[in-house]
Amino acid sequence: MEQSEQNVVTNVQLPKMQTTPGAPAFETPGGTIFDVKNVSCYYGSFRAVTDVSLSIYEHEITAFIGPSGCGKTTVLRTLNRMNDLIVGAHVEGDIDYRGESLYGKDVSPIAVRRRIGMVFQKPNPFPKSIYDNVAYGPRINGIRNKGKLNEIVERSLRQAALWDEVKDRLGKSGLGLSGGQAQRLCIARTLAVEPDVVLMDEPASALDPIATGAIEDLMKEIKSKYTIVIVTHNMQQATRVSDRTAFYSVLVNPESDTRTGTLVEYGPTQQIFGDPQDERTKAYVTGRMG
Amino acid sequence: MAVVAEYQQPDLREPKGWRRTSNRIVTALMVLAFVLVIIPLGFVLFTVIAKGVSIISWSFLTSSIPPQVAPANVGGIGPAILGTIEIVALATVLAVPLGILGAIYLNEYGGKNWLAALIGFFSDVMTGVPSIIMGLFIFSIWVLHFGYSGLAGAFALGCLMLPVVIRSTYEMLRLVPDSLREGSYAVGATKARVTMTVVLPAAIGGIVSGALLAVARAAGETAPLLFTIATVTAANPNVFKGANTALPALIFTNASSPYAGAEQRGWGAALTLIVICFVLMIVARFVTARFARFSR
Repeated sequence: MEQSEQNVVTNVQLPKMQTTPGAPAFETPGGTIFDVKNVSCYYGSFRAVTDVSLSIYEHEITAFIGPSGCGKTTVLRTLNRMNDLIVGAHVEGDIDYRGESLYGKDVSPIAVRRRIGMVFQKPNPFPKSIYDNVAYGPRINGIRNKGKLNEIVERSLRQAALWDEVKDRLGKSGLGLSGGQAQRLCIARTLAVEPDVVLMDEPASALDPIATGAIEDLMKEIKSKYTIVIVTHNMQQATRVSDRTAFYSVLVNPESDTRTGTLVEYGPTQQIFGDPQDERTKAYVTGRMG
Repeated sequence: MAVVAEYQQPDLREPKGWRRTSNRIVTALMVLAFVLVIIPLGFVLFTVIAKGVSIISWSFLTSSIPPQVAPANVGGIGPAILGTIEIVALATVLAVPLGILGAIYLNEYGGKNWLAALIGFFSDVMTGVPSIIMGLFIFSIWVLHFGYSGLAGAFALGCLMLPVVIRSTYEMLRLVPDSLREGSYAVGATKARVTMTVVLPAAIGGIVSGALLAVARAAGETAPLLFTIATVTAANPNVFKGANTALPALIFTNASSPYAGAEQRGWGAALTLIVICFVLMIVARFVTARFARFSR
């Protein structure tokens, strides 16, 4: 593990300027999608994450990196109110989504998740046919027309680069796919409802390099239509796909022995990996820690 | 040869000594336990088939119940089969949907609130209530006011089935991984949608098996029926009105009868009951396999 992260450093420094061709990230960010202000996340009385403030921009890929337990997944799950499903979880601070407060009084988490989709760490296809997996979202959102559904299923599977592999067996179980295919099926399922934002929680961590590559290509492909936020353990992946990177770290309180995640540094990916401002970021991206 | 001598062969055989001995002892114990379990089951099946099979015929299954003094070749158990099917079907209609909905509430909606905990606790307590108590309960709250009927019997059987259905469905729902629920929520599904379109289909195989097990158990219950359907011999196709009869009740009366013909019909009824339960189990397997088409 140590060794591989040493390699990361050398790899990072060489191609860093190529990571974002055209590098629009600095100068001309699109509209602000999320505005996260002083957010802390609690599970019961335990504060898991504290003091997170960042903005996420339209048509960019934003990566959350950091060591285990630093709260990056927790923050990601607050962005579509997925953490509402966990008993006792709550959020302090403000998260604005396109200018609307995400945790406002009459905001429905259902409507939020309809616009802000999520792909999970472990592929979780439903025990249904491939077709029904993809058509699931459109169906629950009221689309019944067979032709329309066929069109959506094909478009989504094509976007997820899975169409050619499954077009002859759409009626077969989604559970029969390999790990990489299953994850692309889950991405297709997410894209089928045409969300505004796609949140990805380590989407490639259970996949081999080829499947990972396919998913990374796919992300770059679809970012012109969607805004993507990805949590990753793999720093190479962050440099390969993301425009901006947020580095999270763990604050350890030795007295109570509690560990709280926090945002350390946020900026364009080249800067985070090439010229980190914070010592902790530097230590992490150069492989001296985590 | 010299080369071979230098190279130490790894010993891949089963380790000797206590580990091997204990392994063999435990294996032997398990085989013994299995045989011990099979013996009574085999005896029951053997005895019932041996004593009952000779009387089984189409006319036996459909004819009306004769007086007990009648010889074995007269009459049959038709009304009892009809009564069992009526009462058990009605009990199933009453208890299974209610039980499944209850389990959905407990697992999907209740969470950790006090009401769910209370319902879960009392449902478990209900599992342990003796079936005769359930019969007396229905007798006192229903039969005393409205008289004997198949419906009263169905109430009693339903009360017995309900906690079993709740418990088995609850366990099946718990097995559905949260990742599936999250996948559904992530495309904007409401809780009801998640439950209907993802959780229930994923668990349906187990739910159906559990429900049919409860049905099969209820079909064999005697005690709750004695107080509720009043065991007559005439066929009663109206399950809602008037005394009725059922196979277990018929077996009970005939088993204590001094007449050889009645006893013979009792054995035949026992075999019929076992076959009915067996057919239910097979149906359960098929239904489960049909629903589990996509679970790999």
